[in-house]
Amino acid sequence: MTTTPSSLQQLPVDRALGSVNGQAPPRAVTARADAWKRRLPLMPALIYVIIVTQAPFAVTLWYSFRRWNLLIPGSNKFAGLQEYRAAFDDPAFRQAAVRTVEMTASAVILAMLLGTGMALLVNRKFFGRGVVRTLLITPFLIMPVATDLLFKTTIYDPVFGFLDYVLKPLGVGQVNWLGTHAVGSIVVVLVWEWAPFMMLIVLAGLQGEDLEALEAAHVDGATTVKTFVYITFPNIRRYMELGVLLGSIFIVQTFGEVFTMTAGGPGTSTTNLPYYLYEQVFNNFTVGVGAAAGIIVLILTEIVASFALRLLSGLLVASAGAG
Amino acid sequence: MAATTVALPPARASRRWGHQNAWGYFWSFIAWVLAIFLFFPVFWMVLTSFKTEGAAYTYPPRFIFHPTLSEYNSVFSGVQSFTKPFEHSIFVTLFSTALVLVLAIPAAYSLSINPIKKWRNVLFFFLTTKMLPYVAAVIPIFIVAKDLHLLNNEWSLVILYTSMNLPLAIWMIRSFLVEVPKGLLEAARIDGAGLWVEITRVIMPITLPGIAATALICSIFAWNEFFFAQSLTTTNPTMSVFLVSSIQSEGLYWAHLAAASTVASLPVILAGWIAQKQLVRGLSFGALK
Repeated sequence: MTTTPSSLQQLPVDRALGSVNGQAPPRAVTARADAWKRRLPLMPALIYVIIVTQAPFAVTLWYSFRRWNLLIPGSNKFAGLQEYRAAFDDPAFRQAAVRTVEMTASAVILAMLLGTGMALLVNRKFFGRGVVRTLLITPFLIMPVATDLLFKTTIYDPVFGFLDYVLKPLGVGQVNWLGTHAVGSIVVVLVWEWAPFMMLIVLAGLQGEDLEALEAAHVDGATTVKTFVYITFPNIRRYMELGVLLGSIFIVQTFGEVFTMTAGGPGTSTTNLPYYLYEQVFNNFTVGVGAAAGIIVLILTEIVASFALRLLSGLLVASAGAG
Repeated sequence: MAATTVALPPARASRRWGHQNAWGYFWSFIAWVLAIFLFFPVFWMVLTSFKTEGAAYTYPPRFIFHPTLSEYNSVFSGVQSFTKPFEHSIFVTLFSTALVLVLAIPAAYSLSINPIKKWRNVLFFFLTTKMLPYVAAVIPIFIVAKDLHLLNNEWSLVILYTSMNLPLAIWMIRSFLVEVPKGLLEAARIDGAGLWVEITRVIMPITLPGIAATALICSIFAWNEFFFAQSLTTTNPTMSVFLVSSIQSEGLYWAHLAAASTVASLPVILAGWIAQKQLVRGLSFGALK
């Protein structure tokens, strides 16, 4: 379904235009009242988001100045910046930060490259295109926790796993993938889960392509490569930027993959920041350290986000209906 | 996709797509190979779900076996039946998505059709809330919920999923509202239509496909969410937490896991397959130009 003229006809436009001769709306509204009228519909969502997402951080900030172990009654005491120092001094915390950047960057880039390739492949007309597209989007629809557990067991298992079976002719023995290549194994799963999401975004961009320009290029004898570089890529570039931004937002929060597949291990090799924070609070019950580390992550995220969002600001179109 | 094809004059369509040269067949072949390769883990999940536990643990892996529904039986009516978590997931998904739409549509209106002055800043503010480390926000929520004995209450998930999906929903719906023709809205306003009438009678009918796409994407994220559910509802789990907890038993469990995973994923798979075009539309963000 698209916005076609027929759907517009159902609207009470005729009635609306017919009443132009009726009384004119009062024009004597003050600018301030008008501004509030504009703001009003926004308020419920804005207040909701502030209460649910910002208020907890105010509490987290307060916790971060306290030494508090949930298992030790009466341990909730003011500690100044001690817990911040504890977080900074913890090599696992710094390692988790590095791991988060590594995992997010590699998963986002690989998923975007694969997703773009998939989108270009299914944007052509060929036998069974609908089936191919359906197969390609399915990994995005599988419950991620199910994906993680099934990869961990039926694919990566060193004895009965499918991966070792497939790789056996290449001389690869019984590899314990999650033990020896843990980060790479998790990135593969993340790419598998998110490439279809990238494909959908790039497909949306490809559908907005100027078919006449493509046709002209074809008539002029432009090669496939040139057509892609000069016509297709400029069209989908913004969608790719959007995909990278949204992908980063989701993948930087990666938790289920680490929790179910490796529990942060072996050692702490796959512990990313979300999993590190989770362990501090839900396994070690050290609320103060967890909160302090959380606030540090928050500040770092805000710095990165302000740069990332600047990239996106060019993507915003002003409204057609803006008064 | 279909709309684009229909809009093409037939002659040009055939020239662009009709006669494939050798390269055309090559790329079609590659597309099929890639699709089958990437779909294989899903196929393997479904295949494993029809095995007995003994048949699931074999080397080399078995493609031909005597299929059985025994693992589905145990998922549906075993000691740990999926029905409670399934109902719980449906409840949380439906209510959070409904709440998202109720909040997001008026907010998107304020950021597009009748925009406030700083609409750009507000949009970016919404997006930054998605970048916050969830875990740090969950610490006080967990402690407060524990003190108030509100752990395992499904409304806590409804509230959190709403805030999780709201930023993306506002971005998506806004991009659809931007496309509403200005003349139509002016006509309605001249007619004295209030905000409610304007939204329900003018804007909603035009943007309904976009809003449906947004609802679908929010539902997928709510249905699949794991972290909040794991932190806050361990004894009254949603499907994702149920899946993880169901495998902690000793012994062989792959076939059972595969059957439970298939059941857990099926609603979203079916919805996504049926509404593929809506998925593309939802992620197109209207018109990025």
